[in-house]
Amino acid sequence: MLTADKNKHTKNMLLDLKVMGPILALIVLVLVGAALNGNFLSAGNVSNVLSRSAFIGIIAVGMTFVITAGGLDLSVGSMAAFIAGLMILVMNGLLPSMGAGWPLVMVGLLTAIVAGTAAGFINGFLITTMRIDAFIVTLGTMGIYRSLVTWLADGGTLSLDFGMRAIIRPIYFDGILGISWPIIVFALVAVIGELVMRRAAFGRHVAAVGSNDQVARYSSVNVNKVRMMTYIFLGVLVGIATIMYVPRLGSASSSTGVLWELEAIAAVIIGGTMLKGGFGRVWGTIIGVLILSLIGNILNLTDGVSPYLNGAVQGVIIILAVILQRDKKAEG
Amino acid sequence: MSDPLTLSLNGICRSFGPVQVLHDVDIALHPGQVHALIGENGAGKSTTMKIMSGYLAPTTGELTLNGVPVSFMNSQDAEAQGVVLIHQEFNLADQLSVEQNIFLGHEKTRGLFLDKATMQTETRALLKRLNCEVDPSARVQDIANADKQMVEIAKALSRNAKVLIMDEPTAVLTAREADVLFEQVEKLKADGVAILFTSHKLDEVKRISDQITVLRDGHVVSQGPASDYDEDQMATAMVGRDVSSLYPVRAGEIGTTAALEVTGLTVPGFAEDVSFTLHKGEILGISGLIGSGRTEMIEGLVGLRSATGQVRLNGDDVRFKSPSQAQAAGLCYLTEDRKSRGLLLNKGMRENLTLQSLPDFTNWLIDHTAEEVALTKAIEEFDIRAPTRHVAVGNLSGGNQQKLLIAKIMLADPSIVVIDEPTRGIDIGTKQQIYEFIHALSAQDKSIIVISSEMQEVIGLADRVLVMRTGRIAGEVSGADMTEDKIVRLAMGLDAQKEETV
Repeated sequence: MLTADKNKHTKNMLLDLKVMGPILALIVLVLVGAALNGNFLSAGNVSNVLSRSAFIGIIAVGMTFVITAGGLDLSVGSMAAFIAGLMILVMNGLLPSMGAGWPLVMVGLLTAIVAGTAAGFINGFLITTMRIDAFIVTLGTMGIYRSLVTWLADGGTLSLDFGMRAIIRPIYFDGILGISWPIIVFALVAVIGELVMRRAAFGRHVAAVGSNDQVARYSSVNVNKVRMMTYIFLGVLVGIATIMYVPRLGSASSSTGVLWELEAIAAVIIGGTMLKGGFGRVWGTIIGVLILSLIGNILNLTDGVSPYLNGAVQGVIIILAVILQRDKKAEG
Repeated sequence: MSDPLTLSLNGICRSFGPVQVLHDVDIALHPGQVHALIGENGAGKSTTMKIMSGYLAPTTGELTLNGVPVSFMNSQDAEAQGVVLIHQEFNLADQLSVEQNIFLGHEKTRGLFLDKATMQTETRALLKRLNCEVDPSARVQDIANADKQMVEIAKALSRNAKVLIMDEPTAVLTAREADVLFEQVEKLKADGVAILFTSHKLDEVKRISDQITVLRDGHVVSQGPASDYDEDQMATAMVGRDVSSLYPVRAGEIGTTAALEVTGLTVPGFAEDVSFTLHKGEILGISGLIGSGRTEMIEGLVGLRSATGQVRLNGDDVRFKSPSQAQAAGLCYLTEDRKSRGLLLNKGMRENLTLQSLPDFTNWLIDHTAEEVALTKAIEEFDIRAPTRHVAVGNLSGGNQQKLLIAKIMLADPSIVVIDEPTRGIDIGTKQQIYEFIHALSAQDKSIIVISSEMQEVIGLADRVLVMRTGRIAGEVSGADMTEDKIVRLAMGLDAQKEETV
């Protein structure tokens, strides 16, 4: 993938929409936003947009690996809601014995990570060892987690104890040097994801498996293990995203994380990763996430277009992105 | 049959960007004649065939049908005018039946509905004409390769093909299946169909063609009646130099210590009770018909399939559950199917080269510099000819892909290599190079198993040949006993006393 990029760079860097497309779209959006509203580029707005992007962004980095390896995970939105509910239940349940404080927060964080790992493992196990199609498996687990969180909340909302909320709040609202924690974690996940995809053996193996799993198998790559790892990696990231999310509202309900899976997949595709696998780029996914959240932000800040049309504009952008990136060779 | 057609190429040139791949090609295909188009990989055979059949337009020059200039808009247009190309890789929908495939895109209808009765009758008639026994309602994925080829031909005939262009029709057929194909070709000839085919197997070219055209670097270097050529002359014309010594002379000494001892290896459904010993520095050939379990047996050995039996490697008992375990022990398998199992066609040479031994290039992160050094070395050592270093591997010629695949396996530094069909679909010049690589490896004391459907190849390369038949070792030949006749008899299960009847 690196060679391909290099190759294209030397050929006609500016004309290559596959590489430059998402970046250009992002620049255009920023210029449009700045022209329409003076507040758009203010530190407050930028920080707000980035913080809100962080949940989807962290998940989308994991989704990039899953899709690059030729898989798909529709369950991440429900998984996030379920993990959020579980995290709240565990913290509320242990509150009488442990008391409100950072040790209990740590238990909550651990719960999220363990639950994410387990959920990723279950998806991966059904897809690799049981050889069931990824679409079917994650469609199933999507329904299961969504139903479980509704059941846990008894159809209503699971709320974190009021005292605990105050303790946990800084995870979303504080930060260092004026940069909030979600942005910092998002940036870290993005940088590590990009490094792993581009420079680590795992990233190379993921692309090889997605490109042609037979070739990978005959080349001594453990195909099942690579696939399994992508789902576990994604599960862990869903756990991390949930850790960022719970402090924001301090509650979880059946409507938590609805459509996150589709937003994450959309961001991955806008970023230039191929839906059928074999080629993925994490930096593209990051740009995809930013494009999607900027559209919402711009529609909110301006009067011209109703914010209710957010989904429509996003849809158009997704389709446009794929049209621009499509292979010219695929003609009948 | 309606009127026969003569298709001629007159002064055809074709360029891709700045690169001219065909120079002034003249070929005429006459009704009732088989015309063989031969040349090394990259000589321009495919381009020529694509221009004939409407897939590509010539840059300059003209095509004529019965003397009238034509220009095909696309392949459908060419088909409508009676010119049909049969691709080397089958162009059939695996899940559909034979009959559905034959009429795919040209279904007969009565009103809104399919006219199944007519299609079935026509399919039977077509298959009968080709003497093909296959059931019209069988799914294509369930029928043999030779039958698939027949279905392709039936499909072409159903479109009323008068000029039939076949791209390496025998590449995936066994010798016996090829015989069946040639019988049908004779019938088509008698029916007045003009046929052009390509093949790397010069004996079949000699056997079935009436006219021969030799391409080299996009030029017609030799053309004439087949009776004017013998195989040596064809090869010399293709390569432009003498290739009579195709197989190198054995230089290395064959060791006496056993590198690999296999006892009672069974791969359920494919191979049963296979035992053999491979010595250090030895080249062991494995022959047998396609479907005799050669490939599956070896896949069981290296952990790609589940297998039972005893394997001793350099004296130690081993059992491989995955190819990575086999590789760690110094045993590597090079697949026969370089396009769908060997190489990632949409990736570059670097990614492909190091895929199998990526841990050697990784210390937390992959060392790109080391990878590039390895690629430079591989390009030099195995004479890989690529337009640029960054080319997608799918755009390399078959020969260069095969060289890259060998380089990839050798990068894992195995002490025992199994090479399955080392030269399938590769031109004669590259073949010779690959044979030299194999000999050089054995001279480095590596042990090599060569699996091949080409008798000449196993005989020319190997020190000893095992012949497999229906999953078992049917026999072993070595020294002066290594003759095509002996191997064929073992492979077919014929008693050595009887006359050859197949």
